[in-house]
Amino acid sequence: MPPAVSAAPEPSLSPDAETFAYDNAVVRKFIVATAGWGIVAFLVGLTIALKLVFPGFLAFIPQLSYGRLRPLHTNAAIFAFAGNALFVGVYYSLQRLCKARMFSDKLSAIHFWGWQLIIVSAALTLPFGFTTSKEYAELEWPIDIAIALVWVTFGVNLIGTVLTRRVRHMYVSIWFYLATFITVALLHIVNSLELPVSFLKSYSVYAGVQDALVQWWYGHNAVAFFLTTPFLGIMYYFIPKAANRPVFSYRLSIVHFWALIFLYIWAGPHHLLYTALPDWAQSLGTAFSIMLIAPSWGGMVNGLLTLRGAWDRVREDPVLKFLVIGVTAYGMSTFEGPMMSLKSVNALTHYTDYVIGHVHLGALAWNGGLAFAMLYYILPRIYGTRLFSVRLANLHFWLASLGILAYSIPLYIGGITQSLMWREFGADGALRYPNFLETVVRIIPMYALRVVGGSLFMAGALVAIYNLYRTARSGVFEPDTVDRAPALAPVAGREHGWHRALEARPTQFAVLTFIAIAIGGFIEYVPTALIQSNVPTIAAVKPYTPLELEGRDLYIREGCVGCHSQMIRPIRAETERYGEYSKAGEFVYDHPFLWGSKRTGPDLQREGGKYPDSWHFLHMRTPASTSPGSIMPAYTWLYSSTLDDSHIEGKIITLRRLGVPYPAGYERQAQADLRAQAEKIATGLRTSGVEAAPDQEVIALIAYLQRLGTDIKNKPAATVASVEGGR
Amino acid sequence: MYTEVLRSIEGIAIFPIMSLLVFVTFFTAMLIWASRLGPDRLAMFARMPLDTTDDRAVPSDQPSQGDSRDREAR
Repeated sequence: MPPAVSAAPEPSLSPDAETFAYDNAVVRKFIVATAGWGIVAFLVGLTIALKLVFPGFLAFIPQLSYGRLRPLHTNAAIFAFAGNALFVGVYYSLQRLCKARMFSDKLSAIHFWGWQLIIVSAALTLPFGFTTSKEYAELEWPIDIAIALVWVTFGVNLIGTVLTRRVRHMYVSIWFYLATFITVALLHIVNSLELPVSFLKSYSVYAGVQDALVQWWYGHNAVAFFLTTPFLGIMYYFIPKAANRPVFSYRLSIVHFWALIFLYIWAGPHHLLYTALPDWAQSLGTAFSIMLIAPSWGGMVNGLLTLRGAWDRVREDPVLKFLVIGVTAYGMSTFEGPMMSLKSVNALTHYTDYVIGHVHLGALAWNGGLAFAMLYYILPRIYGTRLFSVRLANLHFWLASLGILAYSIPLYIGGITQSLMWREFGADGALRYPNFLETVVRIIPMYALRVVGGSLFMAGALVAIYNLYRTARSGVFEPDTVDRAPALAPVAGREHGWHRALEARPTQFAVLTFIAIAIGGFIEYVPTALIQSNVPTIAAVKPYTPLELEGRDLYIREGCVGCHSQMIRPIRAETERYGEYSKAGEFVYDHPFLWGSKRTGPDLQREGGKYPDSWHFLHMRTPASTSPGSIMPAYTWLYSSTLDDSHIEGKIITLRRLGVPYPAGYERQAQADLRAQAEKIATGLRTSGVEAAPDQEVIALIAYLQRLGTDIKNKPAATVASVEGGR
Repeated sequence: MYTEVLRSIEGIAIFPIMSLLVFVTFFTAMLIWASRLGPDRLAMFARMPLDTTDDRAVPSDQPSQGDSRDREAR
C-alpha cells in the first residue's frame, strides 16, 4: 500500500489533510475481464441454445456437448461476467466511499489474477466432464479450495480498506459489499464440502435430501449474495452518481439492507417444493420468499425514486438508461420469484423453461444492465475523455432490451405451454400427451426465438465493447486518481446510538452480518440433519453396485442432470407419467443428489426396468432411432471409449467413509463384481442382436439407468424372510 | 459424519429458538432506530457518493467523437 502523503493545507480541508490516490489500474483490469468473459459466456449460451434447435450442431465433439457446456455457460455468466463486473463496481466505489486507496495493491493483483485463473480452470475442466454436478458449484475440489483462498484475499482487501478509511460513516453500499463477502464465503465452503477420490473427482459429504437442501440453500443464496447484494451496493452508488442527486431515502436503504440479508437466506427451499424435502422446510421457504417482496421492492423503489426530477436525463444518458432497465428488471424478477415459490404456481413453472426465462431476465437485464451502466460510467472517467459514441450506446441499449424480451417471452410461453401439456388429461382420465416428446416438439419454435433474442443481446454487447474500446483509445489512461481528505480522527465522547457506533466498526458490523445470515441457514439445516425421522430409511434401498456407481459418475460427467430430473412430485400428472412419487429414503446413498431442476427431457427417477438394455444402447447412440423427433444429442463416444474402472476401489472407500454401508474390504472385490455385471449386460445385449463389448462406457451407464428407482419395487429381504417364517 | 458432530452438541435444540429471538430483537431495534434517525444525519449519509472531488466531469450525454457527424448536422 503506498503511504499517504501529507499535503499542504487547503482552505476547505483541515490542516492534516492527506493526499492519496485511487487505484484505477485494478478497475481497468476487471473491466477488460468483464467484457471478455461476458462475450465468452454469451457465446457459449448461444451455442447451447442452438443445440436445442439443431441437436446435431457440433455434436461430434464430446467437450462441446450440451450437458458439458451448460455448466460452463452458467459459471461463465455468473462468476466470470457478473463476478468481474461486481469487482469493477466494488473496487471503483469502495475506494471513493472510503476516501482511501485499496488496502493492498498486492492483494488486488492476487485477487484479479487468481480469479481469472479460476475461470480458466473452469473452462478447462467442465468441458472435459470434471464436475460435481451441483448447480453453480460444479467445479471440483482443488478449484473449490482456490476459490476460497482468492475470495478470502478479496475479503481481506475489502475489510482492510474499510478499516483504513478516512470517512467515519460506512455508506450503505459498503454494507452490501461486506455482506457479499461474508455470505458467499460461508455458502461456498459449506456447500463444497466433499471428500476427494482423486485429483479431479470427489463426492459430496451430504447425501440425498440433505445434499439437496444444502445445495439450494447455496444455489438460491448465490443468486442473492453474488448477483443481488453486490449489485444493490453498486446501484446505491452509481444511481446517485449518474443522476447527480442523493439516494431517495437513506432510511429506506438501511431497512432494505437488514431486511434483505435476514430474509434472503431462508428462502432456498422454494427450489424444492413438492420434492421429498420435509414439508415444514418447504413452507418456511415459501413464507420467507413472499416476505422478500417487501425489501426487494423497497430497494427498487428507492433506486427509481432517486431519479425523481431527473427523468428527462434518462432519455439522453445511456448510463441512466441501463441503470433504469436494470433496476426495473430487478423489481420484476423479485416479484416473479416469490410468485413462483407459491406451491400452486411452482407446480406449473418448476422444471420448465419458464425458470430459464426468469433467470435470464435477472442476469441479462439486472446484472447486465448494471454492469454495462458501470462500464459506460467508469471508462470515460479513468481515461479522462468522453464516451466515444452515445448513439452506439443507445443502439446497444435497444439491442439489449429487445434481445431480453425476445429471449424471455418465448421461454415463458414455451414453459407454460409444456407444463400445461404435461398435466392435461383426456376425457378417459388418461394423460392427453403421454409421449413426453410431443411436449418437446411443440416448443421448439420457442427455442428458435430464444436464439434470436440471445443473438440480439450479444450483438449489443459487441457494439458496447467496440464503443468502449474506441473511448479508451481516444483518451489517456490515468492509473491513479489523486484525492485529498483528512485522516479519520478518533471519536471523542459517546457515539450517537448503537447502530451509528456499529457503522464505525466494520469488524463488528461484519460479525453481525454473519450472524444474520447464519440464523436462517442454521434453522433450516440443523433439524433436517438431526432428526432421523426426517429421512425415513427404506430397508429395500441398497448402495449402488460398482458398475452402477461408475455409470452414475458417467451420468454426472455428461451433465445428464442438466436436462433430466430424478424427482417425481406427488402430483397425479407426474405419477401417471413417471410412476410412484419419489421418497426421501430413496436417496440416502446419493452423493451427490441428482434431482435436477429442468426437464428438457423426461424425469428418470423410475427409468429402471422401463425399457430393455438394447433400447438404451440404441437410444444413446442415435436418440431419434428410438424416439423420433428427440433433441437429445447422440453420445457416440460412450461406445468408443473404454470404461476407466481404476478408481473404483477408492470410490468405494470414500463412499464408505461418508456412511454408505459397503462391507469392510468390499473395495477389493469391487472390480471383479463390476466386470461380472458388465459382462452380463453385454451378453444380454448380444443375445438381443446388439453388438456390445463389456468394457464400453455405455454399459456402465445402462447399468445405472436400469437401477434407477427400482429399489422400492423390491421387497426387503428381511421382510420377505419374516413373512415366510410366519407362515 | 457431520450429523454426529451436531448431535453431540448438548442442548442444540435451543439454538434455533435463540437464533430466532436474536433475529426478531435485532430487526425490531433496527426499525425503531431507523425511524428515529434525524433528517440532517440521513441527508449527510445520502450525500456521501456525491461528496467527492475525484471524478472528472465527463458528461456522457454530450455529443462525442463518434457522433461528430450528428453534431455537425445540428
